[in-house]
Amino acid sequence: MKYLTEFRNGEIAQRMAREIHSAATRPWKIMEVCGGQTHSIIRNGIDQMLPAGIEMIHGPGCPVCVTPLELIDKALAIAAQPGVIFCSFGDMLRVPGTEGDLFQVKGAGGDVRVVYSPLDAVELAVKNPDRQVVFFGVGFETTAPANAMSVHLAKRRGLENFSLLVSHVLVPPAIEAILQSPGNQVQGFLLAGHVCSVMGYWEYPPLAERYSIPLVVTGFEPLDLLDGIRRAVIQLEAGRHEVENAYSRVVTYEGNRAAQKLLAEVFEVTDRAWRGICVIPKSGWRLSEAYREFDAEERFHITGIHTQESALCRAGDVLRGAIKPAECAAFGNECTLRHPLGATMVSSEGACAAYYNYGRFLSAEELASAGSGLTGAAHA
Amino acid sequence: MPEHSNTGAPVLSKSVPDFSNWSCPLPLVGYPTIVMGHGGGGKLGNELVEHLFLPAFRNPALENLGDAAVLELTGGRIAMSTDSFVVQPLFFPGGSIGELAVNGTVNDLAVSGAVPRFLSASFILEEGFPLAQLAAIVEAMARAATTAGVQIVTGDTKVVERGHGDGCYINTAGIGVLREGIQVGPHRAQPCDVVLVSGTIGDHGMAIMSVREGLEFESQIRSDCAALNGMIADVLDAVGMAVHAMRDPTRGGLASTLNEIAQSSGVGIAIDEASLPVRVEVQSACELLGLDPVYVANEGKAVFFVAPEAADSVLKVLRAHPLGRDAARIGQVTAEHKRMLVARTAMGANRVIPTQIGEQLPRIC
Repeated sequence: MKYLTEFRNGEIAQRMAREIHSAATRPWKIMEVCGGQTHSIIRNGIDQMLPAGIEMIHGPGCPVCVTPLELIDKALAIAAQPGVIFCSFGDMLRVPGTEGDLFQVKGAGGDVRVVYSPLDAVELAVKNPDRQVVFFGVGFETTAPANAMSVHLAKRRGLENFSLLVSHVLVPPAIEAILQSPGNQVQGFLLAGHVCSVMGYWEYPPLAERYSIPLVVTGFEPLDLLDGIRRAVIQLEAGRHEVENAYSRVVTYEGNRAAQKLLAEVFEVTDRAWRGICVIPKSGWRLSEAYREFDAEERFHITGIHTQESALCRAGDVLRGAIKPAECAAFGNECTLRHPLGATMVSSEGACAAYYNYGRFLSAEELASAGSGLTGAAHA
Repeated sequence: MPEHSNTGAPVLSKSVPDFSNWSCPLPLVGYPTIVMGHGGGGKLGNELVEHLFLPAFRNPALENLGDAAVLELTGGRIAMSTDSFVVQPLFFPGGSIGELAVNGTVNDLAVSGAVPRFLSASFILEEGFPLAQLAAIVEAMARAATTAGVQIVTGDTKVVERGHGDGCYINTAGIGVLREGIQVGPHRAQPCDVVLVSGTIGDHGMAIMSVREGLEFESQIRSDCAALNGMIADVLDAVGMAVHAMRDPTRGGLASTLNEIAQSSGVGIAIDEASLPVRVEVQSACELLGLDPVYVANEGKAVFFVAPEAADSVLKVLRAHPLGRDAARIGQVTAEHKRMLVARTAMGANRVIPTQIGEQLPRIC
């Protein structure tokens, strides 16, 4: 199978890890932006292959975790309405809102369905003209084009029973927020490869310049990640701060122009809350004026739902590397795997979840010997 | 009352059916679907037994049609197990709910060290369920029982109103006789034990997922649904007491089974990811959906924890059996990282594989 094994070659990986070891003379803190990259780092144990001084900080790029509590509550309210078919990507179903999750709404009789593409939801709307079909459109720039296409098609076909509950978030403003935060420790970024496949990387040179920080467009396979880290370390050691593309088999400087054009037509920039972190100005997309009629919040009159994020949660500090999970007062008390408060506990790969999952069972030596899930947590 | 008349029904032969040419003995009384009366204990229910269940499952214990089957068992210890089957879709590449219902209970008995002997079969049918589908399911069960060498000796049928069921649910319970001197259990794994798996993982779960929601892949993935008692008997005949624990990793996949054994036995388990047998098409489908094959269900695989000196013999016996051709040695038990499953990744690093909280869901990113 093409691309299933080529970028997972253990021998080449060891060689690349050795290059990183010989390049690194000082400790560096590098953040991988995307949740998919975090998953791959933990899954393959990439962090264990690095020199002790190279620390990977897991970034806020998991769309499931950063979707704000308020939007989950809105999803629950819509999905519970009679006559609604509520469609979502699978892993949003167990993200807890203030009261329960979509699984519980389904259990109570709501018609909640897992789909693999928003275009499937459009088809459902065509086949069920007497039902309101809603798609839960979350994610970064990566999932946005398909969501944009769904409302674009719905408009063209005159579908009055399709709408989108939108909470898109954007990578560049999040990176800037991290860099501006007091006590920031991140010295280099691995940019999210799939986001860049859509958006290109023309947005990033000004950031590299303004904050004197290397930014490396990076993929998701073990060799991609090691190459991204290697390039970031080499730049840091040389005192350079450039935007580099280590994922050129997928990403171009311009990105997907057709997708960008559609995105500009369907969405407009808005302020967006990030779960357990804060509201980041101009960090999200909502439907533009021309497509507002497809906004599920308007259609179901739920604009009045306002949910406060937990005041206890310090996910933002954990994400910045300012504190370790156990240093948060809510950790293991108000905040657990079953009742997570912030992004880092919601995701199974989040620093708090990994710490909570394994840390409780183990002695210090076992923690040290047990593997990547733990060292990943200990870093963040 | 229905318009159909009883008088036109053909009189069916009660001779022992030949399964190689066996076909649905319906229509019974002209109903193409299940009606409430099929569960009412009256004539319709009796006809279902007489014309469908009995010809398919026929054996002396069942033939009496008493309130309970009366069985002769010799030997000391008896193992008993039960399982309910609610799979959707009912028919999938490589099998149906019928094979699952027989093999699931047979396998639970077999991995407990028992020789499976007798099963019960209870059906909960939804009003309107096509009789032709029921007949196909019953036929599949009969075939699976014959293959596994067990008898279905008692059963029950209930019908629920339309909308109160999902077509067909099946419960099977089974009893088997423990093999002499066999002491296996999830709490018996010991440090230094070698961990073996009898074949490729994740086939059943991905077969089901590929037909649900209309997902289609280039090459069809088939369920591995199979009765493991024959293969397990070969292993126990060869090495007996050297097998400390066995499990069939069904729901939750290999990872859940290994975590359960690590916790029950109070040991650590270390596996080598590169040694896990996974079909290329299963791996590809998992990549596409963001799933990990170690968490995907199997219905025809067994995991063995065996004393290190017996590991090579067990592997040889497994590979000589048609269901164990892809058997592999995947890891060992350790006194370190107790109650945890740790995998050595292809990169040479370690990762903890935890038990999942719920079912595995396709990921966005």
